[in-house]
Amino acid sequence: MHELKMKYKGKKMAPAINAFHTFLFTPDETTHSGSHVRGADDLKRTMNTVIMALVPVLLFSMFNAGYQHFSALNGFPENFSLMEHFLTWDNFWIGIIKVLPLLAVSYGVGLLVEFIFAVIKGHEVEEGYLVTGILVPLIVPIDTPLWMLAVAVVFGVVIGKEVFGGTGMNILNPALTIRAFLFFAYPTWMSGDKVWVYEARERSEAILAGATDVDAISGETILGFLAQNKEAAMSAKYSVSDMFYGFIPGSVGETPTLLILLGGLFLIFSKIASWRIMLSAVLGSLVMGLIFNGVVDQGWITETSKFYGLMSFDFWKHLIVGGLAFGIVYMATDPVTGSQTNRGKWIYGFLIGFISVMIRVFNPAYPEGVFLAILLMNVFAPTIDHYVIRGNVKRRMKRLQNVVIHPKDSDAHAAELKAETV
Amino acid sequence: MSKDIRIKKGMNINLVGAAEQTTSIAVLSNVYALNLNDFHGITPKMLVKQGAEVKAGEALFYNKNNENMLFVSPVSGEIIEIVRGARRRILTIKILADKTQTTLEHSKIDVASSSAQEIKAQLLKSGCWPFVKQRPYDVIADPNTTPKSIFISGYVTAPLAADLDYILQGKEAELQAAVTVLAKLTPGKVHVSVGVSNNSPLAGLSGVELHKVSGPHPAGLVGTQINKIDPINKGELVWTITPQDLVILGEYILTGKYNAERVVALVGSSVKAPKYYKTKIGTEVSTFLYASGVNGDNFRVINGDVLTGVKSSQDGYLGYYNNTVTAIPEGDDYDLFGWNKPIFNKISSTRALTFSWLTPNKKFDLNTNTNGEHRAFVLTGQYEKVFPLDIYPMQLLKACMVKDLDEMEQLGLYEVAPEDFSLTEFICISKQPHQQIIRDGLDLLQKEIG
Repeated sequence: MHELKMKYKGKKMAPAINAFHTFLFTPDETTHSGSHVRGADDLKRTMNTVIMALVPVLLFSMFNAGYQHFSALNGFPENFSLMEHFLTWDNFWIGIIKVLPLLAVSYGVGLLVEFIFAVIKGHEVEEGYLVTGILVPLIVPIDTPLWMLAVAVVFGVVIGKEVFGGTGMNILNPALTIRAFLFFAYPTWMSGDKVWVYEARERSEAILAGATDVDAISGETILGFLAQNKEAAMSAKYSVSDMFYGFIPGSVGETPTLLILLGGLFLIFSKIASWRIMLSAVLGSLVMGLIFNGVVDQGWITETSKFYGLMSFDFWKHLIVGGLAFGIVYMATDPVTGSQTNRGKWIYGFLIGFISVMIRVFNPAYPEGVFLAILLMNVFAPTIDHYVIRGNVKRRMKRLQNVVIHPKDSDAHAAELKAETV
Repeated sequence: MSKDIRIKKGMNINLVGAAEQTTSIAVLSNVYALNLNDFHGITPKMLVKQGAEVKAGEALFYNKNNENMLFVSPVSGEIIEIVRGARRRILTIKILADKTQTTLEHSKIDVASSSAQEIKAQLLKSGCWPFVKQRPYDVIADPNTTPKSIFISGYVTAPLAADLDYILQGKEAELQAAVTVLAKLTPGKVHVSVGVSNNSPLAGLSGVELHKVSGPHPAGLVGTQINKIDPINKGELVWTITPQDLVILGEYILTGKYNAERVVALVGSSVKAPKYYKTKIGTEVSTFLYASGVNGDNFRVINGDVLTGVKSSQDGYLGYYNNTVTAIPEGDDYDLFGWNKPIFNKISSTRALTFSWLTPNKKFDLNTNTNGEHRAFVLTGQYEKVFPLDIYPMQLLKACMVKDLDEMEQLGLYEVAPEDFSLTEFICISKQPHQQIIRDGLDLLQKEIG
């Protein structure tokens, strides 16, 4: 490998070769100036840590893909047992044929774009996409066609990241840019009750076409139920523990709150992700949820209102349904697009939680607001930082009032000369 | 009177190869050299030609911008070579030492009756002036100015750096003489810092403001202490000087002679028996390096500590300001899957499958490998954990990179020196050259604003 690297050194393809090389080995680079020794971590290790925190979620989502599919067909099993009904080969097979292709397309297309840009611009392939690539399949509906995902990935990586200068320079979270592109470009594929469970869409289309030998299946998300004020139907179908453990329909990997929580704790423990953002985002969503609950308790919103279902939803349950937990742990904490100052992180996180629940309740078309809230706050993060940093600058300016400047010796000399000539 | 300063943010880097507290006398070097890169921002004008004979303490060159500022020879002997680089820039001046040393004698300063200007003129003439550095810009102090205060840090936190309490033993008289003189140069205070628990020779000085400092690196850096005691504002000047240079300054004041003698710590994991050596500024490193024995051949010799030192070589020379010489293994080797396997033998500021947090007192054997490639800034909030100054480090670095003078000023570039960013550079996940960025920023600011 070393010879191959040397052979291509200085050539157009060098970044691509280097990328493969650096995947296998940490480089033989030594320090030149400044600190002669360096810490053990590099960007790859950091990204790898986030991926490790995502792997349990990915595995769960592969089982859940099958579980939701078969449950929609046959009804949810009574006396649910984890080994018998969930961790089965049948379930996993659905995961393999549905989730793995999403992952492969996401990585394949995204890394291809990264390599092309690295070769064109002559910089190294940076590791940012390693995390984006695994996030993307986890935040799309399971039946998303692969071509659609490919188009979205190209859009997200080019417009969301490369035009700003690549990893570290982007304003918007690339994974969420991809998700937003899908949502606004193909809304019918991204919402409703037919996209969250494998085959739901094909079957309903077949029935519309006149087929009689297939059973219709539908998998409405919890938020979907609530938005239609079908709370009773929802709670009959899914218990709170289902929501917490993640045995519910939803985007591929957003459902297992328990595993996301563990992943989040791992990221906080390893000091990779900001606990400030996570904690304040949780607080923000709880506050907004409480406000809505309060509004309902006051009787200002009655059962006839179309917002009633979501508004009366217990405030803490917002955290265990939909993509809120996933978004808080893996998306809001993106250091590049998030707030960069510690005080800014508190504000940034709080507003993400707050706005997520607000959009969730008030959005008539699609009862989920996390990705929009995070994208919105991505845009505002530099502004938040600006004001936090101004605070520091102001403190420094204040000190200027009692500044001690002694005259230069030459000034005194010049003054003497001047006095003499006068 | 003493005030306590407790630094919480920071991180100690424990390395193998700390110096044993015994001092040997190094073999006399044949050739001594002054490396002009040690004097940042100075354009030298030679006063002597190749082949000339000089005494110890005799001027070799002066500063183009201030012809009174002389730089002197550490030994007596013959100028055998003036090494020049591109555009005939002088890089190194080499002196072949005489067998019997002769030293230039100046008349002693009468400290009590001299004015600040007379003292400055004497120090400039003696060659002791370049020991005094100034902030902002971290360059040799401009003798035309008056600082608001002078800072001396006697607390060492840098990895493997020489123990000042040990090397300053018995030098109380010189130290006292030096601070008495310095006190006349500023209407403000002379701030001296020492560690909390030990009895530093600096603790007994009179006429100074004593501070007791505790906490992890970079608590010992003078920049950290300035920021906590009396931060620098735009337009203000602060001078700093290291204790080992105070000794030379003090001896000059007591005797009228420039004595380049210095106790140097030879440290690092590539040294078999790390300990202290008594030698002179500009000596060949090999005069004591091999006396302690070395491990293997592929190692790097550093003038200074591992975080802020200058890369030298086995046949290099001791730097002008250094009292530590470090030798650590070169890390010019690949590491298969080094980016994802658990790491036990390297220091890390995170816990991302790196386990240095389990053993906070373990001593590590680090090499010069960067452990990763240069990347854009990605992670945030990491630098702040090891950066105790009231400054946003990443934002300041970015301001320097984009050469935004206003931002640089407002974010506090006047208060820092490159060494203040040595620890953030160490932990940097993106492997950015922080100290170089800050150096370039300071140079730009000095050029534009002055």
